[in-house]
Amino acid sequence: MSATGIGASVKRKEDFRFLTGRGNYTDDINQPGQTYAYILRSSHAHAKIKKIDTADAKSAPGVLAIFTGEDMQVGSLPCGWAVNNKDGSPMNEPPHPPLAQGKVRYVGDQIAVVIAETYAQAKDAAERIVLDLEELPAVTTVDAAIAPGAPLVHDDLAPGNMCYDWEIGDEAETDAAFKGAAHVVSIDVTNNRLVPNAMEPRAAIGDYNKGTGEYTLYTTSQNPHVIRLLMGAFVLQLPEHKLRVVAPDVGGGFGSKIYHYAEEAIVTWASEKVRRPIKWTAERSESFVSDAHGRDHVTHADLALDASGKFLGLKVYTKANLGAYLSTFSTCVPTYLYATLLAGVYTTPKVYANVKSIFTNTVPVDAYRGAGRPEATYLLERLVSKAARELGMDQVEIRRKNFIPADAFPYQTPVALQYDSGDYEATLKKAMELADWNGFAARKAEAAGRGKLRGIGISTYLEACGIAPSAVVGSLGARAGLFESANVRVHPTGSVSIYTGSHSHGQGHETTFAQLVSETLGIPIENVNIDHGDTNRIAFGMGTYGSRSLAVGGEAIMKALGKVVDKASKIAAHLMEASAEDVEFKDGKFTVAGTDKEVDFGTVALTAYVPHNYPHETLEPGLEENAFYDPMNFTYPGGCHICEVEIDPDTGVTKVVNMTAVDDVGRVINPMIVEGQIHGGLAQGIGQALLENCEYDENGQLLSGSFMDYCMPRADNFPGFQATTESTLCAHNSLGVKGCGEVGAIGSPPAVINAVLDALADKGVTDISMPATSHKVWQAIQNAQMPAAAE
Amino acid sequence: MYDFSFQSPASAADAASALGAAEDGKILAGGQTLLPTMKQRLAMPSDLISLKGCRDLVGISSDGSTLTIGAMTTHGAVAASTEVAKAIPALSALAGGIGDPQVRNRGTLGGSLANNDPAADYPAAVLGLGATVVTTKREIAADDYFQGMFETALDDDEIITAVRFPIPQAAGYAKFDNPASRYALVGVFVAKTAAGPRVAVTGAGQGGVFRASDIEGQIASGQEPNSASIDEGELNGDIHASPAYRKHLIGVMAKRALASAG
Repeated sequence: MSATGIGASVKRKEDFRFLTGRGNYTDDINQPGQTYAYILRSSHAHAKIKKIDTADAKSAPGVLAIFTGEDMQVGSLPCGWAVNNKDGSPMNEPPHPPLAQGKVRYVGDQIAVVIAETYAQAKDAAERIVLDLEELPAVTTVDAAIAPGAPLVHDDLAPGNMCYDWEIGDEAETDAAFKGAAHVVSIDVTNNRLVPNAMEPRAAIGDYNKGTGEYTLYTTSQNPHVIRLLMGAFVLQLPEHKLRVVAPDVGGGFGSKIYHYAEEAIVTWASEKVRRPIKWTAERSESFVSDAHGRDHVTHADLALDASGKFLGLKVYTKANLGAYLSTFSTCVPTYLYATLLAGVYTTPKVYANVKSIFTNTVPVDAYRGAGRPEATYLLERLVSKAARELGMDQVEIRRKNFIPADAFPYQTPVALQYDSGDYEATLKKAMELADWNGFAARKAEAAGRGKLRGIGISTYLEACGIAPSAVVGSLGARAGLFESANVRVHPTGSVSIYTGSHSHGQGHETTFAQLVSETLGIPIENVNIDHGDTNRIAFGMGTYGSRSLAVGGEAIMKALGKVVDKASKIAAHLMEASAEDVEFKDGKFTVAGTDKEVDFGTVALTAYVPHNYPHETLEPGLEENAFYDPMNFTYPGGCHICEVEIDPDTGVTKVVNMTAVDDVGRVINPMIVEGQIHGGLAQGIGQALLENCEYDENGQLLSGSFMDYCMPRADNFPGFQATTESTLCAHNSLGVKGCGEVGAIGSPPAVINAVLDALADKGVTDISMPATSHKVWQAIQNAQMPAAAE
Repeated sequence: MYDFSFQSPASAADAASALGAAEDGKILAGGQTLLPTMKQRLAMPSDLISLKGCRDLVGISSDGSTLTIGAMTTHGAVAASTEVAKAIPALSALAGGIGDPQVRNRGTLGGSLANNDPAADYPAAVLGLGATVVTTKREIAADDYFQGMFETALDDDEIITAVRFPIPQAAGYAKFDNPASRYALVGVFVAKTAAGPRVAVTGAGQGGVFRASDIEGQIASGQEPNSASIDEGELNGDIHASPAYRKHLIGVMAKRALASAG
């Protein structure tokens, strides 16, 4: 292993820029003649627009233009994944206009855009827009939305507020499996709605150039090419060659910056109308009501077991809240990214799931770190722990008894996926050692002496990421391919620029990808530059989400590097007057087997661009290669998370005192970056379990609309994490990599809640919902001890 | 934020005149509540009168029986003061637990008291210690000063100049944080004084900070404090805590405050 190659904890090349304020984020970009947009948003959850009078506002100082939905008649913001109903009929897909048409459907829905010389002027003018809205009753929860007579978010375009009623697995066979069961364990769980809260608020600059007819959009996106395609082809009908989308440095996404948002289309479209660049930057309160939210499921599930505790079948009924409109990938999250994971790490032979996805008068819901897999993991790992308690089995033994054995791969599940590799016993064993599982009883007794309730919880999970094979996702309804592209440009002096279609918004690609190049070409990491985020510089790309950058984007780079080495070997063979088949390349040097002939990579690069002595008959000059890579399968990281908590019974406060994560993420390129990714995921997972909750009142007003009420995790909420890896290699990519971006947020929530319930078991508490706040824990203890006085 | 005129007088007297003359003036005494409110366009003062230049409003002194703190003294300065730590360590700890370092380096004692946020920490100390609020016009006893949520005895053109804290025999403060904002969900200040115990509760009451006379009686008679007699109907309920939970926490925090008073 070289100091900067695969497996080295190279310090992040991008951090100097970020930590010294030299980043270049969308809001840092300013164009000559730039104007500012303010979006007037609905303060009602559901209302009919009777009249919008902008006359007075248009006369306000500095105003260039005001547009409403009546002015902006363009295409609908598209949904990228078609999901069919049980009967094969297509889902209900009501239009999603960038500016509201006729009705507003959630607090935050876009009503009008004011464009002025300054942002303050735009905001001042917006106060002078006179709205005549007829308020309508609103629905915010899935159960309220499907109740008979519920207000309809999309009227007759989505009867019963239903988007689709979908299923996977064989219901009759699963029912049959339940017939022979010795035990059936049931559970009801809610997966709480979350607000993503990336550090950098969303922003967009639209810039139309009358001279060339070209549009440029600078935007806070995880996937600029996808935005170009969706906005260009579907919303504004602009061809790719006249539309450039740039996503410069982006300060965190967690999924919320995947989607094509209204504001991007609004500033791009309006910049042509006012013939000036237009900048929009969200304020933090605006982010709360306009960034797609995450999770929000209500589920009932039944697990059938034989007398020995072996799983026979699983039935799952989930209602998913999609919010008011279909965000770009909203429809696949509670279906193909959720129900396909319900076999988990277990040999459950029959699995059936029914998912109803439902419109409500709330912010649209879409993928958020883990996207569907945390929901599946939470359900399954809560249910397995509950089964162990009900059957009087050990938490670990019930899992071991049902694990897919390490020699059973490839393993076909009853819910579509085929796992390629894994060793769940290995990650379990290592996590139990690190967490000192067997020493828990002594720690519990010691805590009891201090008046504290100590509990331990476990989660053994897997996920599917590295998305994904285009052919597979296409057959499941995806309206896009999911390959990745790479371009390797070797410069005459031997330094290298990589152009990747994936996008870094905090993940450290500029370092990890450079390590691949340093390792493969044997050149110093300082001689490598990673470029991304600009549709004019990058051939194509599907962007970064679903922990796909290394497993898909990294593989594309490896493929292009392979082509570079092939061509360079031919040039080297010519220089050394040898046959290309006899040339070997190692540590940056080309040699001829059995001779002392040697030429280094830099000399070959120079020769490619100064081809005086060159095999012109058979080879083009230059050294630059492209590759596209489309994987054969998803990748399947997995592992074991163990959480230990102490609860103060006087106040209900839960303190996480120990958090251990042993994850199988495939081959590790940079252990320090992987550990950092897992730490971040754990923080978000523990945040969901104990702190974070997005709450609406029954009228659709957001109660947790700022950091005063939405509890973001802080460093003092956590202990030091024990996070490490215990990997098997991915069987279908050359690097053997799986992905690490989401595992922390996927595996940890059930470990935390199982620990809380373990701590409260002696008090008679058997259930608690996320987030397990101090208030809820205290209330659960009260209810368990005084059932008659329960609230 | 809407436009406003900015004034920076050099003394409390000048600031009071400026406040009296302004159409709808507001005092800027740290701005930790006022500025976010203005940024959200929920307040639009005609004039913002900064007390930053009023050197007569800053300072900490003790004569052995009374601790006097200037109104513009920051929470950070109170927390760091050896004078405060020696005289009333509970006050020192309370100041060090307000908000975060940024808030403590800008926010001031006078600013907090003039705003009288129902979840602020200082009102519990001022009422619990039976302090005297000194203004440009008069001296106001703590028992008369707090008049409900965001309501005080201050006139429109009156500015707090200092607070005089009688040094108690012992005191303790226990705070249960709102998990999101980290304001007090419930904060209880217990002071043992020559005239008997005083107990003030912040964060919980619908009318802001209040004295818990039953708990004072329990402490005086040597009982363990409890919140059984607190009227739940007078307590706040929100997404973070029900009135019942707040009532329970008042009892727990009273015990902890008493224990820390020693």
